[in-house]
Amino acid sequence: HGKEGISRGDGPYTVHFITPEGEQIDVKATEGDSMLDLAQRYDIDLECACEGSLACSTCHVICDQDYFDRMEEPSDEENDMLDLAFGLTETSRLGCQVFMNKDIDDITVRIPSATRNLRVDGKV
Amino acid sequence: MSLLTKVSAPFRLAIVGSGPAGFYTAHRLLKEWPNTTIDMFDSLPVPHGLVRFGVAPDHPEVKNVMSTFDRVAEDDRFRFLGNVTIGKNISIKELQNNFDAVLLSYGASEDRKMGILGENTYGVESARSFVGWYNGHPGYRSLQLPLDDTDTAVVVGQGNVALDIARILLSPIDQLRKTDITEYALETLSKSRIKHVHVVGRRGPVQVSFTSKELREQMALPGVKFNANMDYIKKEIAESQAIISKNRPLKRLMSLLEKGSPTKVADKSWTAQFLRSPVEVLKHADENRVKGIMYEINRLEGPLDQRKAVGTGEYESQECGVILTSIGYKSVPIEGIPFDTRQGRVPNKFGKIVQDDKELDGMYTSGWLKRGPTGVIVTTMTDAYETADTIVDDLKNGKPMLKPTHNDITELLQERHVQPISYKDWKKIEAAEFDMGKKLGKPREKFSNVQDMLAVL
Ligand SMILES: Cc1cc2nc3c(=O)[nH]c(=O)nc-3n(C[C@H](O)[C@H](O)[C@H](O)COP(=O)(O)OP(=O)(O)OC[C@H]3O[C@@H](n4cnc5c(N)ncnc54)[C@H](O)[C@@H]3O)c2cc1C
Ligand code: FES
Repeated sequence: HGKEGISRGDGPYTVHFITPEGEQIDVKATEGDSMLDLAQRYDIDLECACEGSLACSTCHVICDQDYFDRMEEPSDEENDMLDLAFGLTETSRLGCQVFMNKDIDDITVRIPSATRNLRVDGKV
Repeated sequence: MSLLTKVSAPFRLAIVGSGPAGFYTAHRLLKEWPNTTIDMFDSLPVPHGLVRFGVAPDHPEVKNVMSTFDRVAEDDRFRFLGNVTIGKNISIKELQNNFDAVLLSYGASEDRKMGILGENTYGVESARSFVGWYNGHPGYRSLQLPLDDTDTAVVVGQGNVALDIARILLSPIDQLRKTDITEYALETLSKSRIKHVHVVGRRGPVQVSFTSKELREQMALPGVKFNANMDYIKKEIAESQAIISKNRPLKRLMSLLEKGSPTKVADKSWTAQFLRSPVEVLKHADENRVKGIMYEINRLEGPLDQRKAVGTGEYESQECGVILTSIGYKSVPIEGIPFDTRQGRVPNKFGKIVQDDKELDGMYTSGWLKRGPTGVIVTTMTDAYETADTIVDDLKNGKPMLKPTHNDITELLQERHVQPISYKDWKKIEAAEFDMGKKLGKPREKFSNVQDMLAVL
């Protein structure tokens, strides 16, 4: 399935998603695709409570440092929402605000777990 | 029961409350344990809890969460039964007799009170009432406030809800017209004379609980300047560096506060006032109407990360005609379920309800009822997922659930002449709201009384 009208495998860029379970999924991307667009197109579990309108933080992804440095700084509004993200890191971004371009071809983005249930994880 | 039916019978869950906590738990559970059926109850005919009746009308993006809720509701395994109050139409005991498990996610439906002299004077209202009023909650549509009789309002409390209220009171009316704020509220607000809003807290600037997004918006309100004792703010921030520097959200919030507003000259203003505890509402001599508020002045004591407000014995009064108290919501206990009155929530471990440290079979909770009434929708989502994971874990491990003797709650509702509202019904009500909105040039015009909602069906 995936989003209608957009075929999988369109290039020219590649994005490597790492799921909360540690699985790597490599996908093709075109100029301007957001990480959220890609996740939806390829059925990768990435939350998007506000549907990409910069009003939640559920689309939180973690980037590699060198790729993070190559992107434009997040806007104040994105940082405001990131402040509320679960498990915020130095290289966190909102998936609906990171757009594909040639500078970040081959980027790896990690999707953090949306929840940590200590009981289920066997930590208690 | 043969092994076969035992294996294939779905897990049947009742959910009490259709806010984000109920819907996100349902969402996760239907995905992680597909052999599940869910009946979700709400006392109102319309779903979505505070997403509809809390979230400010000028924050439409936040309400996009409703599309996930719609998708959950379209699932064949899910049923919405609106207009059914648990604890009144149906008891907890009866739910327990009809379902394998019960999830309580009925939120926090009362206000914390200031508990001071004059609190019942005309002109004093709680945030819940005021927010419910502008958002079309059937319980609050007849609210009256002397907004055309004064230019100063005091909002007690320094969280996001307090800023929502201050923003609605100070926003240009034409900006509000484009939102789904109710027409009657627009009408009243267009006659409002409020020009100055004081947002008052017990403690200092470092202890405020609003977030950057809301503060940024407040500072950017057109035609509204910001007043505060900037020297005091700077001093407090400097003295608290040890905690601020380690906390990114706090650090960003404090820099916004320190920066203030770019609007320097304006006839409207909002003021952040610190170290003030209301002690009495002052009335006009001849009538039961607010004239002002008396505060005790506090100082801060204790370690930086646990600052306490301590009264100094000095008092100060301020003139105002309206007082809106935004000092927190409060959950109420429901018969047959343990309740921690001190913390205002149902005692639980990772969402499983416990009584005297013992887990109750098949009984779960999520959202504000589980955690206490704080946090945004994301917090509520995370917390609902935690509860869903706990339920799935119990199912996987074959933990005992409830022992229902019946399996159709609708019989009981029929017997009691309670007419539940389905999600299809709600979508009809919603379509009528969109239609009315279109005529008025806004996203929707909400029905604010139950008869009008039911008349659509
Ligand atoms: C004024 C205000 C503004 C907010 N704005 C934002 C915002 O902009 N962004 C954001 O992220 N978060 C916001 N929040 C926070 C957000 O609304 C909460 O995190 C969230 O709604 C809590 O979800 P809940 O499901 O626990 O409770 P609720 O949303 O309160 O849902 C509880 C539901 O249970 C029903 N119910 C109650 N008693 C019974 C009963 N006995 N039987 C059956 N049903 C019952 C109620 O009718 C209600 O539908 C705001 C909160 C408030 C108060
Ligand atoms: S989907 Fe809500 S901020 Fe990205």
